[in-house]
Order: sequence, then structure tokens, then C-alpha cells
Amino acid sequence: MYCSRRSGSVWSASVSGEKRRSWIQFSALLIQNANFRGFFSGKIYQGKLKQVCVPGINCYSCPGAVGACPIGSLQTFLASRPVKLPYYVLGFLILFGTILGRAVCGFLCPFGFIQELIHRIPLPKKKIGAFPGDKALRKLKYGVLLVLVIFLPLVMDYTPAFCKYLCPAGTLEGGVPLVLLQGGKLNFPIGSLFYTKLAILILLIVLSLFLFRPFCKYLCPLGAIYSLFNRVSLYRMRPEAEKCTHCGACAAVCPMQVDPSVSPNHVECIRCGKCTAACPAGALHLGFSAKNKKEQFPPV
Amino acid sequence: MKEENGLGKKNSVLTLLLLLAGAGLLFAGLLTGQERDVLLKAVRVCLECIGVG
Ligand code: SF4
Ligand code: SF4
Ligand code: SF4
Repeated sequence: MYCSRRSGSVWSASVSGEKRRSWIQFSALLIQNANFRGFFSGKIYQGKLKQVCVPGINCYSCPGAVGACPIGSLQTFLASRPVKLPYYVLGFLILFGTILGRAVCGFLCPFGFIQELIHRIPLPKKKIGAFPGDKALRKLKYGVLLVLVIFLPLVMDYTPAFCKYLCPAGTLEGGVPLVLLQGGKLNFPIGSLFYTKLAILILLIVLSLFLFRPFCKYLCPLGAIYSLFNRVSLYRMRPEAEKCTHCGACAAVCPMQVDPSVSPNHVECIRCGKCTAACPAGALHLGFSAKNKKEQFPPV
Repeated sequence: MKEENGLGKKNSVLTLLLLLAGAGLLFAGLLTGQERDVLLKAVRVCLECIGVG
């Protein structure tokens, strides 16, 4: 069943849709970080829930985290010796991907939400949309997945390379709070690696002010995995070709620079719903559907 | 401009196969105790994640 979000004016539909999505994102962040005591004690949650993988990027070393990060868990298996095939984590990833696709990014991922919040901070200058090289840079996340998440953990013993060398979520959610809360009690030295990762985090925070979700667009290996499911996921976009007037309103509001009138189930679509609300013809609908009809927009 | 947006019946079958594969892999992981490996990793502070290891 598809749920069309169109009610009332385009503006009210888009505002209420955005509000609803923000509340879902906020609730998902709270639920996945429900160990509130950890933020005071500096101790991470150690209960049984941590054997369950969460759908988005949420570091298991965050004092609040109650679940396991799927990308961290995947690397744990690949970096173990002997290497273990990660059936369990792949099962979670395939199920999340097939049911939701990149709706995980639009609704459930805490790190995606954090970048979006930063992007909402108003700036005197106009925010940046597409720029030369943007399209090529989007491919980088597949390289991050292949090299840092799969290849390096396979060849470097016990080294989750993505976590170690890049992941800004680990720094923000795990590194910074633990260093602040435990300070001198930490029995490991804070060295150049920590400061390098901190610099990557700060760079991404600054970029997020200007660009919508830079980590998601260019670097996230989990977004790369879910992008492969967008065309087959149960949560999907259904266009009504006969209603489309090709006015371009949908493409103009898309923060991921997708044109849903051409590619409604594009790999970069995070299912934010801005286009469905903006379409004056009501030609785009987001929702769950078991049907995977062949749908085509007419030629322009 | 003609572009394929849904991929037809073939994809419905693919979706179903993926759901079965996902459930199967998860079950295989549980049978081989992989949830314990995830738990063991997740309940200790990961030095690589926080940038000191
Ligand atoms: S791309 Fe990655 S960080 Fe961004 S929302 Fe998706 S899973 Fe989260
Ligand atoms: S989908 Fe709607 S907004 Fe987009 S081009 Fe067609 S009519 Fe215009
Ligand atoms: S195509 Fe629509 S739902 Fe997808 S990211 Fe763009 S605005 Fe959001």
C-alpha cells in the first residue's frame, strides 16, 4: 500500500511531512541511544541487546548505544583470524535493505539525522547543491566500502580499518564523549590517530553547514550498501506517469540532487519525501508495496 | 526521455528471494553463534572506533 502524503496545500503537506520525519528521526536516535546513564557515568551499555544490529550508523562505543553498529560488526568478522563469514550481519543488512532500502537513511540513521540538523543552521550565504565533480565524488562511498570495510580488514589482522581511519560517527559518538567523561582515567594514550579522526569529524561538521549530508553522499559504506537495494526494496517510490507534467518541481527540491521524475528509485534517494510534497500534480508516492510494477514516465 | 523506474515482475521475485536470503543468513548466523561474537565486540569499548587503537 502506498501512502500519498498530499493533503491541503503543497506547503502544509511538506511542512507536516518534514515534521513527522524529524520526529521519527529524533525517536530513532533516542531509542538507539537509550542507555542515558552512560552519558553521566562514561560507561557503555553491556546488556544482551547489544547482540542486535541497528539499521543505521550508530557507534557501539557510544555511552548511550544499546545496539551494535552493522558496519563495525561486519569488519569484526572480516578482521578476525581465522576469517569468519559474517552470515549474521549480512542477514541484518539484507533484511533492512530489502524492506526499507535507503529509507533507513531518511528515517532511522542517527548520524544522518545529526548531519541534517547541522545543515538546518541558517547561513548568510546560500547552501550548496550540486557542484562540478559532485557526481564522481558520490562513487567514493563504494570505494570506502570495498577498501576500508572489506579489503583492509581481510588483509590486516584484527583491524577494522573504516572505524580506525575514517568513521566520524565513532569519533563523535564514542571518542569525544568517552574522552570528556573519563578524561585522565583513560588508560590509553590520545595520539595522532585521535586528532586525525577529530579533524575529519570537524571537517564534516563544517561541510554539513553548506552541503546536505556530505558523509552520506560521499563516504558512507552503509549508505552504499543500502543504495543497491533501492530498486527492489518494499518501501519505494511509485510514480504515476500519466499525471507527471515534467515541471521539474520535484528535482528542484531534492536535497540529494535526484530527479525522481526520471529515476524514482535512484540509488541516492533517501526517501525524505520532499519531492512527493512538492509535486503539484500528485504524481509521486512513497510507501510500502509488495508490487514491483514496471513503471515508466512518458517521454518529455 | 524513457527510463525504467520499476523493474517489473522479475524484481518482485528478486525482492522475495532477498527476503528469504536475509532471513536464512540471519538464521545461519544464529545457529553458528555469531550473535555472541557481535555481543563480545559491542560490549567492550572499541579502541579503533574512538580513535586510540
Ligand atoms: S548514508 Fe550512512 S550515515 Fe548517512 S544516513 Fe545512510 S547509513 Fe546513515
Ligand atoms: S513528478 Fe511532479 S513535480 Fe516532478 S516533473 Fe512530474 S509533475 Fe513535475
Ligand atoms: S528523490 Fe524525493 S524522496 Fe528521494 S531524496 Fe530526493 S526529494 Fe527525497
